[in-house]
Amino acid sequence: MSASLPPSLPPSLPPSLPADRSEAAFTDYKLPLAREHAIAEANRCLFCTDAPCVNACPTRIDIPQFIRKISTDNVKGSAKTIFEANILGMSCARVCPVEVLCVGACVYNNMDSPPIQIGKLQRYATDAAFEKDWRFFEAGPDTGKSVALIGGGPASLAAAHELRRFGHRCTIFEKRAILGGLNTTGVAPYKMRADQSLREVDWILSIGGIDLQLNTSIGEQIALADLESTFDAVFVGAGLGADSALNIPGESLPGVVGAVQWIEHIKRAKATLDGVSRCVVVGGGNTAIDAVRQAIGLGIPRVTMLYRGSEAGMSGYQHEWDAAKQHGAIGEWKALPVAFEGSGPSDTSKVQRIRCQRLDDAKKPIANSDFTVDADLVLVAIGQSKLGQMLGSLSGITIDKGRVVTDATGYTGRTKWYAGGDCTNGGKEVVNAAAEGKAAAHAMHDFLMTTKRT
Amino acid sequence: MADRDINTSTKPDLRVNCGGINAPNPFWLASAPPANSGLQVQRAFEAGWGGAVWKTLGTPIQNVSSRFGGHTIRGVQGAGFNNIELITDRPLETNFREIAETKRLFPKHAMVVSLMVETRQEWQDIIKRSIDAGADGLELNFGCPHGMCERGMGSAVGQEPKINQEITSWAVEYSTVPVLVKLTPNVSNIIPHGIAAKRGGAHGVSLINTIKSIIGVDIDRFVPEPRVGGLSTNGGYCGSAVKPIALHMVAALAREKEFGLPISGIGGITNWRDAVEFILLGSSSVQVCTEVMLKGYRIVEDMIDGLENYMQEKGFATIDQMVGKAIPAFSEWGDLDLNYETVAKIDASKCIGCQVCVAACHDGAHQCIHPTTNGTRVPIVDESECVGCNLCQIVCPVPGCITMQPVTNGYQPATWNQHVHDGKSLRPKKGAH
Repeated sequence: MSASLPPSLPPSLPPSLPADRSEAAFTDYKLPLAREHAIAEANRCLFCTDAPCVNACPTRIDIPQFIRKISTDNVKGSAKTIFEANILGMSCARVCPVEVLCVGACVYNNMDSPPIQIGKLQRYATDAAFEKDWRFFEAGPDTGKSVALIGGGPASLAAAHELRRFGHRCTIFEKRAILGGLNTTGVAPYKMRADQSLREVDWILSIGGIDLQLNTSIGEQIALADLESTFDAVFVGAGLGADSALNIPGESLPGVVGAVQWIEHIKRAKATLDGVSRCVVVGGGNTAIDAVRQAIGLGIPRVTMLYRGSEAGMSGYQHEWDAAKQHGAIGEWKALPVAFEGSGPSDTSKVQRIRCQRLDDAKKPIANSDFTVDADLVLVAIGQSKLGQMLGSLSGITIDKGRVVTDATGYTGRTKWYAGGDCTNGGKEVVNAAAEGKAAAHAMHDFLMTTKRT
Repeated sequence: MADRDINTSTKPDLRVNCGGINAPNPFWLASAPPANSGLQVQRAFEAGWGGAVWKTLGTPIQNVSSRFGGHTIRGVQGAGFNNIELITDRPLETNFREIAETKRLFPKHAMVVSLMVETRQEWQDIIKRSIDAGADGLELNFGCPHGMCERGMGSAVGQEPKINQEITSWAVEYSTVPVLVKLTPNVSNIIPHGIAAKRGGAHGVSLINTIKSIIGVDIDRFVPEPRVGGLSTNGGYCGSAVKPIALHMVAALAREKEFGLPISGIGGITNWRDAVEFILLGSSSVQVCTEVMLKGYRIVEDMIDGLENYMQEKGFATIDQMVGKAIPAFSEWGDLDLNYETVAKIDASKCIGCQVCVAACHDGAHQCIHPTTNGTRVPIVDESECVGCNLCQIVCPVPGCITMQPVTNGYQPATWNQHVHDGKSLRPKKGAH
């Protein structure tokens, strides 16, 4: 991928969020529920036994219980039920693909009735907690143990909060200047803005006893061995690396940029989109759909998703793509980019078009099917690199296709070392990271409080 | 093309005669705020109401604010309702002028005037004025359980059969139109009170009036509701939530052989279904207040055509054919067949897997519905333990998913009375270990 950013983006990111950053133009696409609506919706909940929605939630929030508490105006109790299971309950309420998780499991779907709007109800309760600044948890009595957490995203935050409740000291090492991981830098702003993520981070950190080492890269500035010797346990919540590249000619032309990198820029800085009128997003996953919707939201007149598979075959959620289409997104299916081109063969000033081949149903190129798609901004959303190799020098830790391998508790197989979140699951939802971070915290607690694990 | 009602020729006759008071249909406004003034009652009649019992007349009073309280049940506002409003606060002359005007405009509608005064002379005077204004009938308010009873009227009269009978006899003596006595439910047994009205010469009774109640408490101010400044008082409870109490009292009088007067049923009637239930248990007209207060007069449209459709479907040509139709099946517990046995059946094709029945049965009944172990979420009923209590059917959100099915157990019918007196054998108990 290009080291040079497209001219539309600022060359560097500020350490705090400027008020005029591009994402400030976005408003929530899902409006909050007013109290009356929340209570009415809560009263529809059947209070299922062994509720399918709970089983569909990676963090096992007691959904019927928190909804019942909303129905009685016990919003504080409701918020506590949510946060007890998932300290990132506020961001999960906004960013979870509830259609395929809790809401998708609601039994009302089985009787052709609208399922309970669990995500909106969760937002109702958790927003109230933030507005009223309710705090529910305090650190446990100091155990004298300390844990290092690599990465400052959802997995580490969930782990650190749980570890603090047990009384273990925590230090988070984050390579960026800001915390929250993709919640801050990668979530589509119409779901959650960066400032909301940072507010959540502050709220989580308010339990106290979590030291921060920002702008610090483990493996570069601090050696893994030093971490292992200094701390009683280490949690790896490093997330994913840079956007993957297509490795085709012209990819270094200005105007071709990784989608995750581009999204971080519009969330943390002001992008100037002068002269950008045709944006093409390459990929078929949820990052691609997010990028499409953000490009549309920023006012780019023509935004196309270019994917090598069929519309039905994309890995992104269909409900998200349907929403993108409603906002004007165009689909270019079964198209394989083979080169990015400027205005002519020798023009290296700016991307102008993508040369493509048409693919058949087996995703094999069709002979003589070349065509071009005009583009002055290309966002490549074909995945992110895996960071597992950073641990490759540690014996006992297995890396599988770049992912850190753990057991169900988050244990890596090397004494002291645990992991969770995108670096282990390859890139899932915030709620998965929250669940894995919390589970690992419990495993670390067991390890720290009992005899040495071998 | 105009809408054609293919059943026009068989359209049922909704006309009623309740204690000698005739009306085009059984739906009457109860004596309450919706029947407070001429313009209101005229609008109600235009909307389709068959009669109205005018807001109680007496010596006009001064009301408080606020006056009403609502009982919200699982988000349903006004599922129960109470009030501390008293009888009319408008000058009697105004009321009588408007009664006369309304009767002139709607001569075929039932105009019943509710009355509440103290002395025999006052009764004589107000009855004469009511009839002069055009009343088709009178309703003696012996039911109001708040405010007026503190002054020796309303339920203070209705709770004393002797006083009830005496005042009823005055009214009947002075009246040239039918007299209904409105009974209070704030008694342990309604029957002596109905019979007192009968002995006083009443042509019918109406019941129930409201139930003495506190609708709720303001838990921030520590004051019951409805709040009048820093104080509250007990009020009269009504609305949908009181229907079961009203149905019982109506039915208890309807099946009492010594009673035998027409009944105007009141208490939580919100729609035609409720009205049918009251009629089947012995009411020959029904009175509605709370649902009108919550939704307005136009609810009567559905009440009328819902009732008509029901009557057509069941083959009833007149209301009279329906009155008391369910009374023969209203029995004493001791006459119920103890050998009649049902068990719950869950229709797996309808079950949505909420397992609400599992929790209800485990925590609230007899622990016989269990989660399945076969991977589906359709629960299993252990029929050897199921006592046929109905709880699962009541909590199931899917209509028709859980049904209570009779079991052939080989036992002949046997009631408790037959068992005690004739030694009839009973099937083994279930769920009693």
